[in-house]
Amino acid sequence: MTNTLGRADFEAIASWVQPGESVLDLGCGDGALLKLLAAERGARCWGVELDPANVLAAVANGVNVIQGNLEGGLAGFEDRAFDHVVLSRTLQTVRHTQGILAEMLRVGREAVVSFPNFAYWKNRMAVMAGHMPVSEDLPYQWFDTPNVRFFTIADFDALCTRMGIVVRERMVLDEKGVRVEEEQNFLGSLAVYRIKR
Amino acid sequence: MALGSSVGIVEAKRARFDEPLRLRCGATLPSFELMYETYGTLNAAGSNAILVCHALSGHHHVAGRYAAAPDNVGWWDNIVGPGRPLDTERFFVVGVNNLGGCHGSTGPASTNPATGKPWGRDFPIVTVEDWIAAQARLADHLGIGQWAATIGGSLGGMQAMQWTIQLPARVRNALVIAAAPKLSAENIAFNEVARQAILSDPDYAIGKRPERGLRLARMLGHITYLSDDQMADKFGRRLRYGEVRYGFDVEFEVESYLRHQGDKFAGWFDADTYLRMTKALDYYDPAAPCGGDLAAALAPAQAQFLVVSFTTDWRFSPARSREIVNALVKNRQDVAYAEIESQHGHDSFLMEDAHYQGIVAAYLRNVTT
Repeated sequence: MTNTLGRADFEAIASWVQPGESVLDLGCGDGALLKLLAAERGARCWGVELDPANVLAAVANGVNVIQGNLEGGLAGFEDRAFDHVVLSRTLQTVRHTQGILAEMLRVGREAVVSFPNFAYWKNRMAVMAGHMPVSEDLPYQWFDTPNVRFFTIADFDALCTRMGIVVRERMVLDEKGVRVEEEQNFLGSLAVYRIKR
Repeated sequence: MALGSSVGIVEAKRARFDEPLRLRCGATLPSFELMYETYGTLNAAGSNAILVCHALSGHHHVAGRYAAAPDNVGWWDNIVGPGRPLDTERFFVVGVNNLGGCHGSTGPASTNPATGKPWGRDFPIVTVEDWIAAQARLADHLGIGQWAATIGGSLGGMQAMQWTIQLPARVRNALVIAAAPKLSAENIAFNEVARQAILSDPDYAIGKRPERGLRLARMLGHITYLSDDQMADKFGRRLRYGEVRYGFDVEFEVESYLRHQGDKFAGWFDADTYLRMTKALDYYDPAAPCGGDLAAALAPAQAQFLVVSFTTDWRFSPARSREIVNALVKNRQDVAYAEIESQHGHDSFLMEDAHYQGIVAAYLRNVTT
């Protein structure tokens, strides 16, 4: 549960948070995003983080970090406790995909989910060439990856439909963090979704 | 090795308060005294003070050592001092012996002004709320309008939290460690067995020091402070004399250890204090006036919180700390929470541990003075 959000993601998420709104960042790392949201958007921020070193870093950053895992970590929060619940670059590492999405949309009015797009053209090329992809947004070898779910922008859209989740906004970035508007499932390396029930 | 250094030689002080203090039980103390110690220097604004609240058997001697008794090191010396998490270069740290204690503050061993004799078992029952009221008098006496932080482990953590509820304007941060928002039935049950050990000691009935009862109470308490893992590690089934002897003397190492702890405690702790400290624990339930709603109870708090629990603490498990955290988050209050991997059960809060102390130090570095 480390947070390696790039600047482009930060800006997208910040633009979706209104001043004074509350944000829960799941896997908040050292709390960098929350610090930014508090400073630039006047948001009220909490984070959940499992790794002790990250918890220490977040406490040092003055962030409201709560040590816990994703599943158990959310159980204690009230329904609609937060305006936004953020899960960045982590959904592909969670086995209970539907469970975590449902929990996020229980404790949050809406949610932000970002994930690497396995259908990015370079990933397709890698598979065409006979190997699992390794890239900026998929930086692991197949044998040491924390990722347990492999899906695409098209797949995630389909899951949202199936779960009755509304996609409010979607931002897709290439490997350099530049926004992709056309052929997103082919040209996009990272997808950032703003979803609600 | 501990980070930083010790505060060195310290002195206990005594403050007297002549304004009557009405207690929750209905009794009134016409006057009272509190023993306390301070480390570091109070700044001109009186804004850099940290109150350290003690647990069941603690007292005001939190850190350092006495010139006349250099072996008597404060009970939380590893966390207080220059360069330590409660950094005395920045903070003015105050330790206090609570009302009803047996380390010099007004308690069962003090003289009852109405009779001219020691209070003994007639000393009124004191509560966490009474302690906060008494500690507030000490804060006034020292010129501290608002604590930069209150901190404590176990029953001390409950006091650190109670400050934010009872006198919300007088505390900016609360560090609530290895605590719970109230005792469970199991917790109360353990306390009751400990009390019965004392109350049923024939010596207690005839006004003598109930050493057997105190010993049992402490042995029982001690089991609940340790973890199963730690006891397995430390003692296992090791035998004192290498073989079983088919008798009731000490055979297993764990028996020897418990008896030693019991004897040590029975030699110096006051039974009437012990009875009262366990009662204060049992009664503490800040959510009760709010129909059991802890969030409603914590709503007046203006403080920011650091809540810390330990994985092997089964007396006040991490889940109990999460109750506090969840209530604070529900209220949209500022809280950080760390669940420390530790082997030492409930006693972990007293232990030197780089990660645990790092969390406390990191939090306090962000506390303005």
